[in-house]
Amino acid sequence: MLAFLVQRISQAVLVMFVISVIAFAIQDGLGDPLQEMVGMSVSMEEREALREELGLNDSMVVQYLRFAGNALQGDLGNSYFYGKPTLEVIAEHLPATLELVIGASLIIMFLSVPIGVYAAIRPQAWLAKFFMGVSTVGISIPVFLTAIVLIQIYSIGVTIEWFPEDTGWGRWLNGAFTTEGGLPSYGRGDELTHLFGTWYSGFFSTDGLMHLVLPCVSLASIMLPLFIRLIRAEMMEVLQSDYIRYARAKGLSSMRINFLHALKNTMLPVITVGGVQVGVMVAYTILTETVFQWPGVGLMFLEAITRSDIPLIVAYLMVVGLIFVITNTLVDLVYGLVNPTVKLTGKKA
Amino acid sequence: MTTATLSRWNRFRESFLWYSFKRDKVAIVSSIVLLLMVFAAVFAPLFAPTDPYDLAQIDIMNSELPPVGMSGADAAFPLGTDAQGRDMLSTILYGTRVSLLIGFGAVVLQAALGILFGLLAGYLGGRVDSILMRIADVQLSFSTLMVAIIVGAVFKASFGNLMFGEIAIYMLIFIIGVAEWPQIARTVRASVLAEKKKEYVDAAKVMGFRTNRIMFRHILPNTLSPIFVIATVQIANAIISEAALSFLGLGMPETQPSLGSLIKSGFDYIQSGSWWITLIPGLVLVVLVLVINLLGDWLRDVMNPRLYKG
Repeated sequence: MLAFLVQRISQAVLVMFVISVIAFAIQDGLGDPLQEMVGMSVSMEEREALREELGLNDSMVVQYLRFAGNALQGDLGNSYFYGKPTLEVIAEHLPATLELVIGASLIIMFLSVPIGVYAAIRPQAWLAKFFMGVSTVGISIPVFLTAIVLIQIYSIGVTIEWFPEDTGWGRWLNGAFTTEGGLPSYGRGDELTHLFGTWYSGFFSTDGLMHLVLPCVSLASIMLPLFIRLIRAEMMEVLQSDYIRYARAKGLSSMRINFLHALKNTMLPVITVGGVQVGVMVAYTILTETVFQWPGVGLMFLEAITRSDIPLIVAYLMVVGLIFVITNTLVDLVYGLVNPTVKLTGKKA
Repeated sequence: MTTATLSRWNRFRESFLWYSFKRDKVAIVSSIVLLLMVFAAVFAPLFAPTDPYDLAQIDIMNSELPPVGMSGADAAFPLGTDAQGRDMLSTILYGTRVSLLIGFGAVVLQAALGILFGLLAGYLGGRVDSILMRIADVQLSFSTLMVAIIVGAVFKASFGNLMFGEIAIYMLIFIIGVAEWPQIARTVRASVLAEKKKEYVDAAKVMGFRTNRIMFRHILPNTLSPIFVIATVQIANAIISEAALSFLGLGMPETQPSLGSLIKSGFDYIQSGSWWITLIPGLVLVVLVLVINLLGDWLRDVMNPRLYKG
C-alpha cells in the first residue's frame, strides 16, 4: 500500500512539474514584463539596467527555479488588470465556480442514479428507451446551446401561437407551450450570504438560488447523459453476475437485490469516472460562465485572455492543474483502497 | 480496371456491413441527412442565395428580419437575417462548410498522430509505450476541451486578434487535432497489442522485414476498423469542440463564421427577441453532430467483432 501511495504521489508531483514548466514557458514566451512596467520614454540603458535587476538576463533554468520557488510559496505574480496578487483574484472568483459545480453535481447525482438503475432493470420499458434516446440526443447538444435554449424558454419566455386560438384545444395547447420566463440569466444576484474569507454564497437566499438554477441545469445537462449511460451499462453487467443470480435463487426481494447488492458494485466504477469528470466539468464551467456572465474563474480566465493578462492566465493554469492532479490522485487512491482487485505495485499477486 | 471496381462493388454489396445497414432505419435516415448536409455545405456557393463573405451584397437595412412564417418576414430571406443583415440560410450553409472542414481536418490530423503514436507504443512497448501513454493519460485527464481552450488561448494571446482571425481555420485544425490524439492512439495501441501476438507478425519478423514495414504494412491494415469507428465519433467531437472554441471567441472570426461563431454572434441579440440568429445555427449544429454520433453508434455495433454474429 505504501509503495502504491508513493508511486501515485510522485506521479502527481511529476505532472505538476510539467504543468509548471508549460506555465513558465507561456509566461516567458508571451509577456514582456518590462513593457507593462515602463513607458516608451525610458531609455535603452535604463531598460537594460531594469532587465538585469529583474533577473530577466539570467539563464532559463535560473528563471524557472525562481518562478517555481515563488509558486511554492504561493506567489504567482500580480495581475496586470486587477493590480493585486493573482492568487487573491482567483480566490475571489473560485467560490462562484465551486457553487456552480456543487449545484450541478447534486442535480447529476439525484437524477442519474434512479434513471440509470431503472433503465438497467427494465431495459425494454418505453420509459427507459425514452430516457436513453434523450440521453443520446443530450450528448450531441453542446453545453452553451443548452444554456441558450434554457435562457430563451425560462428567462425570456416563449409565446406560442401555432394552434388556432379560437378553439378550446388550440388555446390550451398554446398555453401549454407558452412560458412566462423571468428566471434570472445574468450573474449571481446581489443577495449573497458571506460565509468566510472570500466565499459569498448564493445557496442561502431565494434570489441566490434562483440565479443558480439555469447555470447549474446547463452544466448538469452535459454530464447527465454520460452518467446515465455509464450507470446503466455497469448495472446491467452486475445484474448478469453469479452472486446476483444466487441472491435471486435465494428468494431475496428484488428491491433488496437491485438497490443493496447490485447498486453497491455498480457505483465503484461510477465514482472513478465521476472523479475524472471533475476535470471535464472545469472546462465546461468556462462555457457555462460565459453564457450566464457568472463571475467565476472560467469567465475570469476568458477575460484575462482578451486583456492579455499573462500572470493571471498562468496562475489559472497552475491552480486548475493542481485541482486536476489532486482529484485524479485522490480518485486513484480511493479506488485502490476500495477495490481489492486493483493490483497494487510492490505486492506480488 | 472495370472488372476490378465492379467486383469490389459486389463484394461490398455482399458484406455484413451493407446487410446490416439495409436493416437499420436509424442508420439509413442519419446517413441520408448527413449526406444532404455535406452536399449542401460543399456546394454552398451554388445553393446559397447570397455570398455572406461579400460585403457588397449585405444591406444593414435588412438586419434582424425574422424567418418566413413570422410577422415582418421577407420572402427573400427564408431563415431571416442576422444583425448585420446577412441572409441566415447562406451564412448557415457557409458556416456548416467551415465546421465540417475543421472537423474533418482535425480528425485527419489526430488520426495521423494517433496512429503513429499508437503503433509505436503498442509495437515497441517498453519505455516508449509508458512515456507515450503517460502523456496521453495526463492529456485525457485534463479533458480534451480544456487542452484545446488553453492552447487556443495561448495562440490567441501570442498572435493577436487580427492575425489569429486570418489563420483561424488552420489553427483550429491544429489545436483540436493535437488536443484529441490520445483517444485514437489508445484504440490503436490496444488493437496493436492484440495483433502483434499473431503468427503473421512472427512470420514477417522471421522473414527479416524491417520494423517500420511490419508496423505500417502488416499490422496497421488489421487495426483499421476500430480506427474507423472512433474517427467517426471524433468528427462529431471535433465539430463540437470547434463550436465551443468559436463560442468562447477563440475560434473563427465573425467575418468568416462557422456554426459556433454564428451562435456566438446571435447570442448577443437573444435578449432583444431575435432568437433565430442563434437558435437556427444551433439546431443545424445539433442535427449534424447527432447524425454523425448515431452513425458512429451503428458502426460500433456492426464492426465490433465481439458483437459480430453474421
